[in-house]
Amino acid sequence: MTTHDDGDGTSRRKVLECMTWAGTGLLWTVSGGVPRSLGLVDQAMAEEPRGLTFLQISDSHIGFDKPANPNAKGTLEEAIGRIKALPARPSFMIHTGDITHLSKPSEFDDADTIISQAGLDVRYVPGEHDILDPDVTLYRERYGRQGKGDGWYSFDAGGVHFVGLVNVKNLKAGGMGSLGDDQLKWLADDLRDRTASTPVVLFAHVPLWVIYESWGWGTDDGARALELVKRFGSVTVLNGHIHQVMQKVEGNVAFHTARSTAFPQPAPGAAASPGPMKVPDDKLRSMLGVASVTFKRGTQRLAIIDTPLQG
Amino acid sequence: MRMALLAFAFGAALACVVAPLAAQTGGAAVVIDNFTFAPQRLTIKAGTTVTWTNRDDIPHTVMAMDRLFKSNAMDTDESYSFTFSTAGEYSYFCSLHPHMTGTIVVEGVGGGVTR
Repeated sequence: MTTHDDGDGTSRRKVLECMTWAGTGLLWTVSGGVPRSLGLVDQAMAEEPRGLTFLQISDSHIGFDKPANPNAKGTLEEAIGRIKALPARPSFMIHTGDITHLSKPSEFDDADTIISQAGLDVRYVPGEHDILDPDVTLYRERYGRQGKGDGWYSFDAGGVHFVGLVNVKNLKAGGMGSLGDDQLKWLADDLRDRTASTPVVLFAHVPLWVIYESWGWGTDDGARALELVKRFGSVTVLNGHIHQVMQKVEGNVAFHTARSTAFPQPAPGAAASPGPMKVPDDKLRSMLGVASVTFKRGTQRLAIIDTPLQG
Repeated sequence: MRMALLAFAFGAALACVVAPLAAQTGGAAVVIDNFTFAPQRLTIKAGTTVTWTNRDDIPHTVMAMDRLFKSNAMDTDESYSFTFSTAGEYSYFCSLHPHMTGTIVVEGVGGGVTR
């Protein structure tokens, strides 16, 4: 029991250290299989990384109009504007879910109109806000046609194996995010014939590791997915959902969560609930952003750059 | 903090208001605020209609563990109602934020819980 408590204390401290991050975007670089943080977006721009570079945006919540940000479309437009201004064009972009706030067709339309202005191929995974339509068909019709089961899939780019996972469906009472047996079996099959030297990127909406259980910030069976990637030399796990940057490295696995482009949420336990956090107007853009990731052959890590919309 | 106090005040007020309503087999209310159902455990008479209202800036749902009832996503200030005709204990949760759980206890006309 004591040991268990100590373990929790350590991870809590790590989480708190990560809370010192602040910004708007995430730039990922994959170099030699292990992701590493490059710094904020402006610095990333200065480095002009050569290799595979892709972007992560998350939690655009198109349709949200509450005091925490009455103009979620506007801040997504700003984020896409910054992406268009990058001197080195990324290969593609991932969106880690909560594209819309209420899964309305008009919200999906607005999101598509804005995001397509980046001119990049975009790979999506759903957040819980993207499957609210009564028949749960809109997300799959637009983004999930190629996926298996509830929409999970994998693809290869620049020597890196990417896996998009769905952990917002069939959630169990009292629990957190969930992958389910069918998806885990598919993942095991998908990874079986890959060599251990292949860099792997897992991305999903809800964090695959437990950040804060009492707010549901974790995935019940996430550890089973992480077990399946343990043999790989470089694993990067990219998530959204919590609207703030947190990262940690455990062995060969680097975990990272991206900022929202819509509104910030409180640090774990810092408020009565994880609901949208109203901050002074002049602070909002420093808490929203995008991320860029670069993979460079010959180096050991993916470089991740989080960029706030401002400051 | 302000929200927490409000939620507490609301919950306390409901506890006073709901009991007499339920006794008359009228309506009863559950408020969703700060990702919490209040009251988390509500006792009513059979035949009572329970109305859940979402006061959060984030949508929530109400779903029975056994799928007996399930709301669509409720945006801010939207409501969902279900009438409990059979005595028993009904556990439910928010299918979007499953750490949010609640229970409706439905007593038969004689006061017993048979389910």
